[in-house]
Amino acid sequence: MNTFVVIPAFNEEKKIGDVIKELKNKNYNNLIVVDDGSQDKTAEIAQNAGAEVLVHAINRGQGAALKTGIKHCLSKNADVIVTFDSDGQHLPEDISKLTAPILNNEAEICIGSRFLENTTNAPFIRRLFLRGGAILLSRMYGLNLTDSHNGLRAFSRTAAQKINLTADRMEHASEILEQISKNKLVYKEVPVTIKYTQYSLNHGQRSWDAFKILYRMFFRRFLR
Amino acid sequence: MIQAISVIILVFALFAWSRAILRFKDNKLNTSEFIFWSIIWLGVSLLALNPELAGLVSFKIGIERPVDLVIYLSIILLFYLIFRMYVKQDKIEQEITELVRELSLRKK
Repeated sequence: MNTFVVIPAFNEEKKIGDVIKELKNKNYNNLIVVDDGSQDKTAEIAQNAGAEVLVHAINRGQGAALKTGIKHCLSKNADVIVTFDSDGQHLPEDISKLTAPILNNEAEICIGSRFLENTTNAPFIRRLFLRGGAILLSRMYGLNLTDSHNGLRAFSRTAAQKINLTADRMEHASEILEQISKNKLVYKEVPVTIKYTQYSLNHGQRSWDAFKILYRMFFRRFLR
Repeated sequence: MIQAISVIILVFALFAWSRAILRFKDNKLNTSEFIFWSIIWLGVSLLALNPELAGLVSFKIGIERPVDLVIYLSIILLFYLIFRMYVKQDKIEQEITELVRELSLRKK
């Protein structure tokens, strides 16, 4: 089975090298880094660490980067496509937990959850927003999820072909849920560990971005 | 008696209409867009010359001050134009993303 790992990265020169090395140590060799218009040496470091690098000439957002990576994996005949964050908050050993249900034909898409077994040191406010978001989105799309904005996911080839992402920015996470429900994909939530470090908290999204995501979701719903 | 404000509005409306004509000649506006802007600017010119016209309509639909009718219509029109720009911008954003994606995949 051909497992590909897509790593969208934007200005992650400090972490991307280690992330790729750790993945390589776990024998994941099909690593696709999508450098989303970084201003720093992300692409160079990723390339030197042994990943295949696709470069967006300008920043288009994480959703756009994921779609580019997934498209590329499909053209390389990937059987399973994993999405993995570039800031070092995921553990490479969690990947096999996500791909197992797909390889056993139990699910077409597996979504990592930091809350299923409470494997996270997320700060209180972050926890509140994430859990609130998961409840809201589960209701909206008729799914049963505990974590809606986790970057660690695995798609079967057919699921990746069916899911059509149109959201460029962060609202792609909710769009994936929308597409799961629309395409009636068999999904499974798998407990994964998210390491919150001062780096990832400073670097990643802020909790207030949740409102931006909500605003864009409603805008998209009514205007597209 | 034509007031100064009428002259200012009239001059501006005619100026704006002349821009629309030039764009139309350069094929930057299509026929329906040109008709739309012609109606807008000629309508504004007509109102500037005959403010009573607004009164004829506004009393019929229950708006006491004619100028209020003009303001209501302007706001509705502005909202509509902003909406159209929003949709257009969204489409352009999607096209840029598609372009950036194709470029990144082609370089491989």
